[in-house]
Amino acid sequence: MDNKAKISRIVKSFAAEPVDPAPGESLFESGLLDSFSLADLVTELEKEFAIKVPDSDLVPRKFDSIDRIEAYVASKS
Amino acid sequence: MAFLRGFGCYLPARVVDNAELAPMVGADPAWLLHATGIDQRRFAADGETVSSLGTEAARDCLERCRATAGEVGLVIAASGSGEYRFPGPATAIARGLGIQGVPAIDLPMASAGSLFGLSLAGGLAHQYGNVLVVGSEIMSRVVRLEPPSRDTAILFGDGAGACLVSAADGFAEIRDSLLASDGEFAEALRLCLDAPLYMDGRTIILHASRKLPRAILQLLERNRLQPYDVGAYILHQANLNLITRVAHAVGAPESRFFRNLARYGNTSSASMLIAAAEWRAGSQEKLAQPVVFAAFGAGLNWGAVLAVPPGAMP
Repeated sequence: MDNKAKISRIVKSFAAEPVDPAPGESLFESGLLDSFSLADLVTELEKEFAIKVPDSDLVPRKFDSIDRIEAYVASKS
Repeated sequence: MAFLRGFGCYLPARVVDNAELAPMVGADPAWLLHATGIDQRRFAADGETVSSLGTEAARDCLERCRATAGEVGLVIAASGSGEYRFPGPATAIARGLGIQGVPAIDLPMASAGSLFGLSLAGGLAHQYGNVLVVGSEIMSRVVRLEPPSRDTAILFGDGAGACLVSAADGFAEIRDSLLASDGEFAEALRLCLDAPLYMDGRTIILHASRKLPRAILQLLERNRLQPYDVGAYILHQANLNLITRVAHAVGAPESRFFRNLARYGNTSSASMLIAAAEWRAGSQEKLAQPVVFAAFGAGLNWGAVLAVPPGAMP
């Protein structure tokens, strides 16, 4: 499973609805993620990809779409 | 060494329930409760001020501690909603108590202000004797009830809390505190001079969800305590969901996290001390287990304070 597929699976596990978001779709504007599920999502990304998200990177727009999350994970790997 | 002698609080008489607030913000009362977990909040009367609320809370605190205003050697007042750019409410609170000549310091920090005040009081008590810490807010005057500020406005209420810290004695010893600040996200929660309160909720929740549990766990670890050893967690009452998540992240029973948010909403710097006053009023005279205070707010500022039964720890 590639990173995009892993990220999609994680996003769906925290999403408010059982849908497949498009890679560039805003997870916040679409209502799939709220403030609290975002915090859970970041924690799960750290576990799945064995990365550490520093406080300085706790910026919601970095995690606003599957594409952005993928780019962020790639930058940390 | 410093001790907690007691707490006090003051809530304005006017109760604003969701049925009254809903038409003001164009929402349904049931939605308000579902979205915020808040049943009602208090709004200050026209003649009340941040300092008058703070003075009433301080009086209540002194009365509960069986202390007099003349015993107070230092006043620390936290508020983010004071009426003036300066002076802050500290000197007016001291004046309201009839205290003259003792230093009165303002902490214009909003939500984490009382926690920082508590920690500072613990460090300064040996020099000033009894330190009175007050958190007082009239948030209803700094929010706007119409869009786009509505979703922030519905979270807040007015009130004041107070704590007396003593160098001599008390029901708990302030054992340790951990304070932290990060100015990188200062714009995420702010009250400008000519605009209503602004909060980027996503950023604030994201940071609070991670920083608060981390601070609490670091504080416990360096004092060789486990989360389960703590009898009560008294947090800034910002959000029910946040408190629940902090409890899970810390690994302590949720029931040990005191909550009164449903009755007062988020009263910013006042909330932790109002919660402490209610917790203390409902607990046994002699403290049996350690207690942790914690808060997170604008700045960003956050941290935790550990208090233990006197003589309980080496």
